Formats: sequence, C-alpha cells, structure tokens
Amino acid sequence: MRHSNTTNGNGGAVSGIIFDLKKFALHDGPGIRTTVFFKGCPLDCWWCHNPEARKPQIESLCLKRSLSESDDVSHGETVGRRVTVDELMVEIMKDEVFYDQSGGGVTFSGGEPLMQVEFLRELLLASRSRGLHTTVDTSGYAPAEAFDRIDCLVDLFYYDLKIIDEATHQKYTGMSNRLILENFERLCQNGNRVQVRIPMIPGITDTDDNLEDTVRFIKPLSVITEIALLPYNRFGEDKWERFGMVSRLGDVAVPPEEVILARAERLRACGYTVSVGG
Amino acid sequence: MNERIKRLREQSLRAKASVSLERAMLLTEFYDSGQAERVSVPVARALAFRYLLEHKEVCINPDELIVGERGPAPKATPTYPEICTHSLNDFEVLHNREKVSFQVPDDARKLQRDAIIPFWSGRSIRDRIFAEVDAEWRAAYQAGVFTEFQEQRAPGHTVLDDKIYQKGMLQFKDDIADSIAALDMYSDSNAIDKWEELTAMNISADALIAYAKRHAGKLRDLAEEESNSARKDELRQMTTICDRVPAEAPRNFHEALQYYWFVHLGVITELNTWDSFNPGRLDQHLLPFYRRDVESGVLTEEGARELLQAFWIKFNNQPAPPKVGVTAEESNTYTDFCLINLGGVKETGEDAANDLTYLILDVIEEMRLLQPSSMGQVSKKSPDRLLSRALDIIKTGYGQPSLFNTDAIVPELVRQGKSIIDARNGGASGCVEAGAFGKEAYILTGYFNLVKVLEITLHNGIDPRTGDEIGIRTGDPKAFESFDELYAAYEQQLRHFVDIKIKGNRIVERLWAKYLPAPFLSILINDCVANGKDYNDGGARYNTSYVQGVGTGSVTDCLSAIKYHVFDEKHFDMSTLLAALEANFEGADDLRRQLLDETPKYGNDEEYVDEILRAVFESYFGCIDGRPNTRGGHHRINLLPTTCHVYFGSVVGAMPDGRVSGEPVSEGISPVQGADRHGPTAVLKSAAKIDHLRTGGTLLNQKFTPQLLADETGLTKVAHLVRSYFKMDGHHIQFNVVTAKTLREAQKNPEKHRDLIVRVAGYSDYFVDLGRNLQDEIILRTEHWHS
Repeated sequence: MRHSNTTNGNGGAVSGIIFDLKKFALHDGPGIRTTVFFKGCPLDCWWCHNPEARKPQIESLCLKRSLSESDDVSHGETVGRRVTVDELMVEIMKDEVFYDQSGGGVTFSGGEPLMQVEFLRELLLASRSRGLHTTVDTSGYAPAEAFDRIDCLVDLFYYDLKIIDEATHQKYTGMSNRLILENFERLCQNGNRVQVRIPMIPGITDTDDNLEDTVRFIKPLSVITEIALLPYNRFGEDKWERFGMVSRLGDVAVPPEEVILARAERLRACGYTVSVGG
Repeated sequence: MNERIKRLREQSLRAKASVSLERAMLLTEFYDSGQAERVSVPVARALAFRYLLEHKEVCINPDELIVGERGPAPKATPTYPEICTHSLNDFEVLHNREKVSFQVPDDARKLQRDAIIPFWSGRSIRDRIFAEVDAEWRAAYQAGVFTEFQEQRAPGHTVLDDKIYQKGMLQFKDDIADSIAALDMYSDSNAIDKWEELTAMNISADALIAYAKRHAGKLRDLAEEESNSARKDELRQMTTICDRVPAEAPRNFHEALQYYWFVHLGVITELNTWDSFNPGRLDQHLLPFYRRDVESGVLTEEGARELLQAFWIKFNNQPAPPKVGVTAEESNTYTDFCLINLGGVKETGEDAANDLTYLILDVIEEMRLLQPSSMGQVSKKSPDRLLSRALDIIKTGYGQPSLFNTDAIVPELVRQGKSIIDARNGGASGCVEAGAFGKEAYILTGYFNLVKVLEITLHNGIDPRTGDEIGIRTGDPKAFESFDELYAAYEQQLRHFVDIKIKGNRIVERLWAKYLPAPFLSILINDCVANGKDYNDGGARYNTSYVQGVGTGSVTDCLSAIKYHVFDEKHFDMSTLLAALEANFEGADDLRRQLLDETPKYGNDEEYVDEILRAVFESYFGCIDGRPNTRGGHHRINLLPTTCHVYFGSVVGAMPDGRVSGEPVSEGISPVQGADRHGPTAVLKSAAKIDHLRTGGTLLNQKFTPQLLADETGLTKVAHLVRSYFKMDGHHIQFNVVTAKTLREAQKNPEKHRDLIVRVAGYSDYFVDLGRNLQDEIILRTEHWHS
C-alpha cells in the first residue's frame, strides 16, 4: 500500500494558502459541496477566471469597486490567506448535514491544488477520515509524483483538457501540455474516476480541430465517460479589469447557446455523457 | 384552464376591492332594535348572525360553480364596527391611498357618519380594550414595543379539520341538543352559561342552513330564466347541492366544496377572524369524495380540476377586511392568510401525499392567484416528488407554495400537550403557525419588538424617541463592566415588557369572551359543543396564546457588536457607541463601517454570534412559554413578522448592528438583510440553532434568482437544501425566486408588473402593492445566486 489512509499525528497543523472558500457550490461535483480554492497556478491562461489566484503568495491587490456609474473607487484587498488543515476542516465540516443529504462533499480547486500537494494530501486524508466525498479540480500541470501522492484519496478528478496541440497550448497558457497529457493518461490507466472539462473559448479551445483532437486523445482511455463543456463568460474579464490587469484575450464574443449545444451533441454522438456549464 | 375558469379568474382579478357597509348596517339595525338586550350575549350574537344571513344580499356570479360571497359582490368587503369602527378619515385614506386601496362608495361615508359611528362609539371591542388596559400597557403599545391583534381582528386563528365532511349542520344540532340534555342544572354552577352558549350555537347552525337555502332559491330562479340548456342543468344541480349542504353531510366532491364554502362564509361573516379561517388539509379531506366520484364515473379529473379552480377564485374574491387607524403609507395587504396545507402525514403517521395533492398543486400553478395561499408539508416520509413538484411551482416566481416540516410541526404540537393524533392531523396556518386543526384556538396576540427592548435597555429604561421612561431602570450601560451585565439588563427589561403584554392579553381575552363570543365558529371546533363553552372563552380542546417575536436577527447582531467591539476587542467604548447611535452615525462613518463589516453576524454559521442567538431565544422563550392564559391554556412563542418588522423598525433609532434610524429590523428568523455572506447553507445552519421544536412556528425567507432552479440539477440541490434544513428541525422555509433587476424594473414601472407576486413574510403579495421600504428591502435581501 503506497499511502496510509489516516492522518499522521501532526497532519492537521500543515498549512497552505487558499484564496477562497465557497459553500453551497453546486457545479463542482456531485451534491452540495464546499469548494476550497488554492492559491497559485503554474499556467497563465488568457481566459483565466481567477487571475488573482495565479501567484502562489499572499498578495495585496488594488481592487476597483464601482460604487456608482460615476464614482470609481479603489481599495487594497489582500488575496490569499494561510490556513491549517485543522482550521479548514472545521469550516468544511460545518456543512456535513448538507453533504450527507445530497451525496455531496468537498472540492479542492484553485489555482492549482497540486501545487501545494502536501497540504492537499493532508486535507484529502482528513476529508476521507470523515467520510467525505472528495473532488480535485486540476489543470493537470504537476509532477507525476504529486499525483501519485494523492490519487488514491480522490473520489473524482475534474481534469481540464484545454488544448491538445502542444504549440497552441504553449501559446495560450504559457506552458507545454506534455505533462498534462501524460498525467491524464496515467490517472486513467490507474483506474481513477476522471471527468474531462473543456473551457469553451471561441477560436482557441472551442474549435473543430481541438475538439476532434481531444476526442482522439481520450478515446483509448476507456475510463473516460464524462465531459463537461464550460462555456466562456465575461465574468473573468470583469475580474481582470477590477484587479487592474490587462487581459490578452481581447474582445471575445460569448458563444451562442446553440453552438455549445451542437458541440455537446457531437461529443454525445461519440458516446460520452456531456454536461454544459459544469 | 378552461374558458369558464379563465373568465371567472379575470373577473376576480379585475374586481376592485371596495368597502361594503351592508354588514355594518344590518348589524346596527339588529342591535338598535332592542332584541339584543332581551337575551344573553351569546344568544344575541347568534341572533345577529342569523339576521345578517337572512338579510344580506345573495350574490351569484355568472358562470359560477361554487356560490356565495361575503359581501354583496366579489371583493365588496364588509366592516365589523362591533370590533373596530372606521373613522371618516380612515375611509378617505383607504379610498385614496395608492396601494391596497378600498373604494368607499359616497353613501357609505354618510351612513358611517350618521348611523355606524354614533352607535358603536365606545361599544366596539377596540374602544373597550383601550379603556381597560392600563397606562403602562398603553405607553409600551404606543412606543412600538408590541402590537395587539385583537383590537382590530377577532381571535380566530384556527383551521377546520374533517368534521364537516362527515356531518351536516343538522347532525351538529343533534350534538348540541345532546350537550344541552346532559347539562347538570343542579350541580354545575356554569350550567346556565353553557345553556346560553349552546342555544346560541343551535341558532347559528340554523342560520347557516337558511342562508344556503336562500342560495338554492336564487339558483332555482336563475335556472328557470336560463336559456342555455347546459347552464340550466348546472344551475339545477347547484340548486340541489345548496338544498342539501350544509344541512346534511356532503355526498360528493362538489357538495363537499360548496359545504366548506358556506362554512367559510359563516365564519368570516360572524367575525373578522385573524387569520382567516381555512379548510386546512384539503388534499386529505376531499380525497374520499374524489376517489369515489371518479370511480363511479360522476367526476373526471378535469371536472375536479375545474371545481377546485372555481373554489380558488372564491377565496380570491374576499380581501382581508381593511384596518382602522390607517396611515396613508401603511399598505398592509389584501391577503387574508388562508393557507391550504398539502401533503404531510396521516393520523397513523404514514405519508399522506396522494393523487389529489398533485392535482391541487396543478391548480395552484395554473391559477396564480393571491389567495388562497398554499404550502407543502414535507416529512421525512414524503416522496421527493412532492418537494420537487412544489419547487417546480416555486421557481416560476409566484412565491407559492411555501415549505413546512411536518417532522417539526408534530413534535412542536406534542410538546405543547396535544395528542399525537391531533398533532398529525394538524399543520400550519396563517404565516407559519402550528396548530391542531379543528381542535385548537391558537391565537396570535401581537408582535413583540425585541430590538426596541434592547434600545430601551441601552437608555436605562427610557425610550429615546420620546424621552419617556417606559421601561425599568436596568442600569446605565456606560457603567457595565461586562457583556453579561448588559445581557442581564436586557433580559430584565424584556421580562418587564413581556409581563405588561401578558397582563394586557388577559384583559383582552376576557373582553372578547364577555362581549363577542363566536357561537358559529364554536360549532366547528372541538370540544366547544361538548364543553358548552365558546371558542373565545376556552371552549376548544386546546387554547394557546402566542406572542410573536420580531427582530431576532437584528437584536442578535446588535448584542454581538457590543460584545465584540466594546467588551472583547475594546475597539471603542460604550459612550462612543451610544453617542454614534444618538447621532444616527452622523460623523461616525468609520465606526458604522466597523459595525457593519467587521462584526460577527447571525446567518453565517459562526459560533461567536450564534451563541448570542441561542441566548436571545432562551430569554424570550423563558419569559413567555408556559404562562397561563385565561382560557385554560398557555402562552407560547413563535418567531414571525408578517410585515411588522417594517413598523417596528420605524420606531427604533440607530442601533449597534449599524442599522440607521427607522430602517426595518430583520424579519422572521432570517438574518439582517445583507448580513449573511456565506450562502444559504450557512444561513440554514445558523437558523437551525434556534430550537424550533419549542416554538409554534418560525419563518425563514430565502431569495433565489430563477437561474438556480432553472435546471434539474439546481432543483435537486435546492430540494436537498430543504431536506437538510428540515433534518435539523427547521420549521419552515420559503423562497422568493426573482431577480433584483426584475424587481427594480417593477419599482420603476409598476403598471407593467402588476402580476409580480413575491413572498413577503409568510405570505405572498403583489410586489407593486408593497410600500417602497418593503420593496427596497426585498431587493436588498441577499441573493443566493451562484454563477
């Protein structure tokens, strides 16, 4: 057995940096969930919805808050806080009754949760020991050993497959996707439950070629049955603006619903269960 | 809905509410005739009731299937001058105000001035109450520490069980006769009073039968004149029905509905009972008729649907009687709080949902009327289908049905001493009040302003609005050295005002028992007939008096702010805080921001403050629960506001939760508007820290935008949310499903949003009919919508 399923003596004291905790999360796995957002992400996606989460450190950002149409004010906001596993588990366990009732649990998202793999591992151990369903929402960009540390503690992986073509991936996320694809294959081969998540960015990820590539890539991996299409929305853009950051995405139109639905249909035709919007 | 129902519904929606003096004039004629003076009070009331039903106009609207109106026409609303007499100014306000107006015909003003006011002045129960209560009570009442329901409305608050579906009025008369025969004139010192009361009941039963026969007579005439043969047949059939019920027990679905409706009219004509009477567990009561009729082929599902829809319209035609002493801004509501209960458990404890439950839910969805209100009783045994069907309707944004926890209602009632069978046959009525239907007089006596009590505590017994010393001296808060000292002072002040309220309740109860018994209602509620005692005098099997606490969330947040900033963290001292409050935070923006943004607030599942909530609950419960009333029962608490949190806020200055002077206080057990920042699960967890099972009902409002319930996943997860809350013994939850944008739009262009119904607090109302404050508040209430 590679991993122990119990918390070691001082695991609860392990700490990490998160930037948010959201209760009654409805789109991050089965049932009613609490989602913990880890700070820090190795990728630099043009369409990122949480640009304030990129850097692994706690940071002070200037946030523009529009009080009225004419009156913009700025104020500093600290993004990120250091918390221990024990502290976080107290907060997570507050909603136990809702998890029990709905078959829900806890989701670790980010940022990239595997960037703080020891913290993540302790949280997963603590969650498991309390009988919680665990989901890890990952970009896949982490050393293979990091996945080895946690995969048997995770009930469900939400795994982003953004772009299959390596050069395009490099361009829009700042990193090669080789590691991502290798980790994906390994997770699948080890029999983990993995749901594929594709952010639908028109002209970038949401192209005929990329979706065909994606199907070609996942086809041999028989454990993959579910795909979620995450339609682009302007929520992220608004955040870039408020944090005074410049988005490289430019003016991307939100794709019409029927376009997304047509994509979903085509994937269904390939035998996958497809959901739209998580 | 079919063409007929469309027409009837349109007619009901179009009808303008008006004041009708028909009842007031008939009643005054009767009492002026001298007949009343020759008999006992209960018999006089019964004779007055008979006189009303003998002389009031019989109104049968074109195309109707269920007949009978309280007034001479749909929405023509009677007044009850023996309870409270409208002044001419009241009439002007009612006539002219923008919201919830009542047209007052010109001749009504004259009649009111020349006949009604002169006769009832000093004799109305309202006048008697204000003459009897003491100065302390009056001062607290005027300061807005509490309200008194029975100064304008009769102690109704009861709901019918299944008895009328088994017995006709003739059989009730037999029961009354048996009770009279059993009177022990030789050794029962109350035998004469009982005889008078039972005689009054007997007269009232006859009066209702005669009233139905008058309808039968008119229907017969209409059938004669009718040229359309289909309608002619209908009218003939309706004639037969009104000849049969309520004298005899109903034999079929149609008779059962018509019988109930006559009984309903009887109750709301006898007195203006608060909350309005209602049939209660309709899906249970009608089921045997429905099954039998469908099996024998005399009724189809469509036919049943049409009759239910026609029945729904009758409720909508009866606006709540307009209040007296009204101000132009005060809109109150047309709704009279008839709350139809669906689902729940049978008396054996088994799940009670059935075919008719779902048929009635269809009716609710299709009718989209203000009245009657409806609710789903959900027990752990209830199928998911019941909850998801209810949510399906809720998500259309009409605010009905609300959701109640049978597994809380039953133990609440049992704790109060009801038998488990009576509890299971009960439910919730009005806003959220638990009751043993058909067996209990559970009377709401008034709202109680917890925030005002704290304000007075912070001023050592003085009401800062007037400078009057209306409380007791519980110490100068600046001298308090600990939070415990402050809390002890609050508790002492609370007990003081509760004492005043309860003493007042005893006076009010006795006045009603003495001057305005309700012999007709008494026939309907066990065990008034067997006891020979009136409903208003403790004749019912169970007699409860509720005092409804308002502002739980606000007072908790205020106490939390003081504990946190003044005593624990010492951010500022009490003098600084009190000075800021006195200045209504003028020049104290930073302090106010700290109070608003940096204080542990109720609704976030945070122990620091929820601990205070528990204390607030225990204090209130401890002051009231179990104290005897004058009807052989006890005082109990519930936590609900209707719209009173707006009025209560208007009499309270700036408070330590950061609330500025005059703003509404929190409603029900909901957090202060905007104070809950961690989503609905945190709100429900906090709210569940109240011991619901020791109340007679709590009200929790949650607002969702329609998106959340748009897909199956969202709907299922909200259903889980409800089940989880109920697992934690939550009593009730209701959802407002609207977008803030829609509401703002409606505020700007009310004429375009006349149909927009929102859940206010325990009931739904037309958004455009609400006052600006309440509208703003509903917009502000945290939207738990997750992108």
